[in-house]
Amino acid sequence: MIISVASGKGGTGKTLVSTNLALSLKDSHKVMLLDCDVEEPNAHVFLRPAITGSEAVLIPVPRIDEEKCTRCGKCAEVCAYNAIAVLGDHVLTFSQLCHGCGACSYLCPEKAISEEPREMGLVEWGQADGLEFVHGKLTVGEAMAPPIIRKVKEHYNSDGVVIIDVPPGTSCPVVEAVKGSDFCLLVTEPTPFGLNDLVLAVETVRELNIPFGIVLNRAGVGDAGVEEYCRKENIPVLLTIPLDTEIARLYSKGVPLVEGMPEWKDSFVQLFDRIGEMVDERNRSLKR
Amino acid sequence: MKEIVVLSGKGGTGKTSIVGSLAALADKKVLADCDVDAADLHLLLKPRVKQETEFWSGQLAHIDPDKCTQCGLCQDLCRFDAIRDFEVDPVSCEGCGFCSHICPAEAITMKENLSGHWFISDTRYGPLVHARLGIAQENSGKLVAQVRQQARQIAGERNLDCIISDGPPGIGCPVISSLSGASLALLVTEPTLSGIHDLERVLGVCRHFGIPAVVCINKHDINEENSRRIEDYCLKQGIGVAARIPFDNAVTEAMVRGVPVVEYSDGGVSLEIEKLWRNIAGRLAAN
Repeated sequence: MIISVASGKGGTGKTLVSTNLALSLKDSHKVMLLDCDVEEPNAHVFLRPAITGSEAVLIPVPRIDEEKCTRCGKCAEVCAYNAIAVLGDHVLTFSQLCHGCGACSYLCPEKAISEEPREMGLVEWGQADGLEFVHGKLTVGEAMAPPIIRKVKEHYNSDGVVIIDVPPGTSCPVVEAVKGSDFCLLVTEPTPFGLNDLVLAVETVRELNIPFGIVLNRAGVGDAGVEEYCRKENIPVLLTIPLDTEIARLYSKGVPLVEGMPEWKDSFVQLFDRIGEMVDERNRSLKR
Repeated sequence: MKEIVVLSGKGGTGKTSIVGSLAALADKKVLADCDVDAADLHLLLKPRVKQETEFWSGQLAHIDPDKCTQCGLCQDLCRFDAIRDFEVDPVSCEGCGFCSHICPAEAITMKENLSGHWFISDTRYGPLVHARLGIAQENSGKLVAQVRQQARQIAGERNLDCIISDGPPGIGCPVISSLSGASLALLVTEPTLSGIHDLERVLGVCRHFGIPAVVCINKHDINEENSRRIEDYCLKQGIGVAARIPFDNAVTEAMVRGVPVVEYSDGGVSLEIEKLWRNIAGRLAAN
């Protein structure tokens, strides 16, 4: 079972939900947490994993053999990302723009282009108090998160519960992190910004055709817009977490909610049970 | 012309609420919402859209089933696993066009993709350039670049002194696109361990691209000890802390009413944001 935790708007509590869901299930299930928010990974702040392994994320970028190159310009013509330019007698490569598709080296008529790896980030894994933990880190100054996310997700193992902490937004890194999930939790807050971005997030998971439900965080602030929207759209609110100074204080110190306030563990276990029912129901309806 | 971009690394630290208030405080400016993934600034500024433009960007491979001989070469060579059973998965396709060049049957063409819209609007506070990226689309960095280019053009045409941009969370492609060439980055953080961790990374991006930065600690009183840690860190890094904004429900109440908090409350939040703007204006005048 793969559960992704996404949100649209940043700072609504994705990491709060993903880490506490993982910690609440670890005694009864084999649990793995994949932190796919590779631009700003934070799950490690709460789980404090012992890192046991790491791997650089490499992207193959072109290297031109100036001896063989005839400056024909085929490489620059086929590169969709403007990562190669032929200027007079010189071939310039801009490896930061390269997506590593391999078109230039394959299509070079002189076989003058080889590929060399360029590091754009890191994946680390280890154990956190009985959980399996994996996260990715985009190198500061690098632009492309999806290759790191793909690498983190290669660590899937299918026989337990996999929880994915997704980056905020609705664009390609979110899709890369969420796709393949059995269920997506959307964490939101009851404010106009929360609602606006929730609607976008709902459109995204609908596009991906993944069943989903809502976690309403900081309930008590703002207005009733999110709840009205969920009622109207028939979207289940699976867990409500109130605005509470103790919860905020624990979060600020990096203490998991279920450690500081163990009474919350039951709520997360129940959340998991509800998700299980919804996934089963959907699988049954798909078989029919 | 000066360009300030508001970033945070971590989402939800208060970027948009602060930009909304700076919009009310600053004179002669253009506003730009560079969070094209999940734009919220319009909820405070209530724009009247004057011009809407389609944003065509990137390409997607398209296989003509009548020409395809199912030789499988495209599937073998695609590094993004975007072709399965001789069909293109539009979500995985990165638009590189490799397949279209190598298909022996010339069955693959690249088609332009409508990936969003951008808008030029009027607000009570001046012109706003904003955008909406289509759902699950790529190229948010290019759309951000388009928003900034339009904002610069308007500032030039209307003789406005500065551009205030609301940036996206994170440190990747759209953040780099929002930041490059800006005069100043305002980094809004909060006194949580996550907030501090993310501040360090986004400050690293500013350094990488040589953009001066200044920090604002939002909700500083939710954890005074962490706020002191941020101040110590900034001191060591030689980065100014321009304001310490207290936690106040007035920020959310103002959001619910759809107005900038400086127009809603006379309390500590508003005083501190006014101080923040004086600090930023001083920095912009000095460099």
